[in-house]
Amino acid sequence: MVKRIVTGAHYGLRDWLMQRVTAVIMAVYTLVFLAALSCITPVTYDSWRNLFAQGWMRIATFLFLVSAFLHAWVGMRDILMDYVKPVGIRLFLETLVIIALVGCGGLAVQTLWRL
Amino acid sequence: MADATKKRPVYLNLVSIRLPLPGFVSILHRISGALLFLLLLIFGVGWFADSLASPSAFAALKQTFSYPIVRLLLLVALWAYLHHFCAGIRYLLMDLDIGVTLAPARMSSYAVLAVSILLTLFVGSWLLW
Repeated sequence: MVKRIVTGAHYGLRDWLMQRVTAVIMAVYTLVFLAALSCITPVTYDSWRNLFAQGWMRIATFLFLVSAFLHAWVGMRDILMDYVKPVGIRLFLETLVIIALVGCGGLAVQTLWRL
Repeated sequence: MADATKKRPVYLNLVSIRLPLPGFVSILHRISGALLFLLLLIFGVGWFADSLASPSAFAALKQTFSYPIVRLLLLVALWAYLHHFCAGIRYLLMDLDIGVTLAPARMSSYAVLAVSILLTLFVGSWLLW
């Protein structure tokens, strides 16, 4: 009788790689964002809005947010796997993390594409 | 398979374990990551939506950002972001086999701690004050 340990399946290399690819995307965006921000300081509503209304910035911000949410998912799941041992509670918390991230993702996309 | 469930001695007295510097940077990476997740969810996306919703919502947000307690929160968030950023670059370099031996790893740990605090003060004073 094999006693299985509930962890899910076939993540590992894929998530390891995803954590690094998303990290690089976010790092590049951070530098681009700071450069763009330095061009519009002191920030007003109009300059802030115009920044994000540009096509390239909208796409770049969207890529950043998708990267952040995927990155946060892998990171939070790692933390929960390390510290929350009861399987039921861990799966519940992991589900909460996914729901929260997808909800925030929806709000962010709506914000960007309403401009 | 028996190994996975076998009881092994665990020594995890967090008070008496003296973490080496790279270990300290590592746990800060985790803490700052968890902090960023929580702040992103609780404040970040909502504030982002507010800032772009309307001129009046933008002004209200600016008002919120003038409270010292909110500024402190922003500064903590900024530090968490920058620490995670710097430590993350350190890990990416280590993935490329750069600075993996003891002396450079210790030096880069110092660098991550120092640079992220300096950057926090620099960016914070630029954006918040």
